[in-house]
Amino acid sequence: MARTTSPGRLTCAGLGKRFGDHAAVTDLNLDLAAGQFLCLLGPSGCGKSTLLRLIAGFETPSSGTIRLDGRDITAEPPHRRPVNMMFQSYALFPHMSVAANIAYGLNRLGRAARGERVDELLRLVRLDGFGARRPDTLSGGQRQRVALARALARSPQVLLLDEPLGALDRALREETQGELRGLQRRLGTSFIVVTHDPAEAMALADRIGVMDRGRLVQIGDAATLYERPANRFVAGLLGDVNLIEGRVLARDAAGIATVETPCGPLLAAGQVEGACVIALRPERLTVSEDPGQASSSLTGQVLDTTYLGDRVRTQVRLADGRLWRVSAPAGSKTMPAGTDVHLSYRPEAAWSMPA
Amino acid sequence: MKRFLPVLPFLWLGAFVLLPVVITLKISLSAPATAQPPYLPVLDWSAGLEGWGSFLEALDFTNFETLAQDALYRDAALSSLTLAAIATAILALIGTPIAHAMARAPARMQPILLALVIVPFWTSFLIRIYAWIAILKPEGLLSAALMKLGLIARPLEILNTQGAVLIGLTYAYLPFMVLPLYAVLAKLDPRLTEAAADLGAGPVRAFWSVTLPLARPGLAAGALLCFVPMVGEFIIPDLLGGSDTLMLGRVLWSEFFSNRDWPLASAVAILVLVLVLGPLLFFREADRDGREASR
Repeated sequence: MARTTSPGRLTCAGLGKRFGDHAAVTDLNLDLAAGQFLCLLGPSGCGKSTLLRLIAGFETPSSGTIRLDGRDITAEPPHRRPVNMMFQSYALFPHMSVAANIAYGLNRLGRAARGERVDELLRLVRLDGFGARRPDTLSGGQRQRVALARALARSPQVLLLDEPLGALDRALREETQGELRGLQRRLGTSFIVVTHDPAEAMALADRIGVMDRGRLVQIGDAATLYERPANRFVAGLLGDVNLIEGRVLARDAAGIATVETPCGPLLAAGQVEGACVIALRPERLTVSEDPGQASSSLTGQVLDTTYLGDRVRTQVRLADGRLWRVSAPAGSKTMPAGTDVHLSYRPEAAWSMPA
Repeated sequence: MKRFLPVLPFLWLGAFVLLPVVITLKISLSAPATAQPPYLPVLDWSAGLEGWGSFLEALDFTNFETLAQDALYRDAALSSLTLAAIATAILALIGTPIAHAMARAPARMQPILLALVIVPFWTSFLIRIYAWIAILKPEGLLSAALMKLGLIARPLEILNTQGAVLIGLTYAYLPFMVLPLYAVLAKLDPRLTEAAADLGAGPVRAFWSVTLPLARPGLAAGALLCFVPMVGEFIIPDLLGGSDTLMLGRVLWSEFFSNRDWPLASAVAILVLVLVLGPLLFFREADRDGREASR
């Protein structure tokens, strides 16, 4: 590498950004260890792109600080930050060749070194021989890779990627996810990817930060977010979930709480006291006609069964009228509509969250 | 009707551009005469093909020979081209930052700024140039202000010089430079300059390497819109240039109205046309080369 920079530790403390009356980012704290792959996940308008632009330096925070390896970069203009961004629209310079685009950030290098670095980057993104082409003669996937090479040219301490795969079709997106992941492992650069697609976030990242209305709601690995969501929003964002409200009555030595719910007492893991919501993923529930020995179960009536190829989904109406979904591997025994059934689960699979 | 529509612009161009040029060209090949109209020959339609023959025979290039031989016309042409070129360069230097700032202004400010650029058109052009006489004359606003500031000791002798003409041209044509530039710059993706900054380019490098090259079509359009009419400009050199500013517009005027030499005036008009066609072709060529070079 022509210029090597160690990946940086990025710290945001109390970061806030207001646009007039609208708070785009509120009191955000983030600590990204060097070399990590973080996904910022959230619906559009949740502030994830604003956070990225704050880190890049295109927006000035209304409050808080941004540090890179302990150095305060909050007031530094974008062209002085050792951080590079890959734009959602790629923002390739249309009047320059692919090579000139990639070389744009390398103007401090001598001519020979620059040429070498450009060739190296072209190989890295598998675009050797495309240096003389113009961006408008490339396909979407190729443009995406030019944008990636250009953003990597200066060996940034942190690479920011705004919906990097958003403009690609599905097949290409899945292939590129793997490439992006492999590239990050090889380079060891810290990556922050913004996405609205939970499946993409789970496929890419070491850690996922879920954002909702300008706040970082929860940050953790995919399994933690899926199994132990901080609230309903996170639970619902990461996949289908059955919810039921209740109140914690007691907790045993293993930390399993007994929760009073409209459908009777249920067991669930978690640390909440008082009012709570229990989240149960459809695939953690089992439907059967006899109660069995399960320590925690609910009763209901089968509404319908849908064959989805790899799985079978059963809709069950619970005693209080709410509809729950149960997902079972294909080939499981199906029950006709109207059958009275018991839904059972292991107590650790149920997660109680603050109401 | 639908098949007819695409032809309409050509009919318009034929009737109001090509035909007048052909008539002017014809008159420029005639000789002046004390007659009505004041030139010879006049085509006799009733004489048929024979009339055409004798008519074409009577045409000659005497007027163009006069233009080539008399230093007056050569100087006027040179001075017109020089003044128009200098004014175009000044306009590009002033107009680019103005258009850039307008395109960068908050979205709700832009219509107001745009209106401010256009507002001068609501006053008579003649009045606005007259106003410059009041500003530039020795006892005028400019001299008084500069003397108050202690920058000059004696009143400024700028009115009736080429300097005054340059000021007038720059003032009058500024909107024609700013508007096409603004149209291009406003459409420029702000992400491009952000990307430049992200890749380590300071504001100056980002402007030179990204904004300006992408604004070139606007700059070329603005330069043409200004340069072409400035070469033949009459009112500004007449009012502000005094007797020592020789420009083709004024020469044409005096040939036509003072000397009543329609053929020579027509020849001057044709000369202006040729002089402005040159830059037109040059700009097109440069634009194409530029596009290919960056490919």
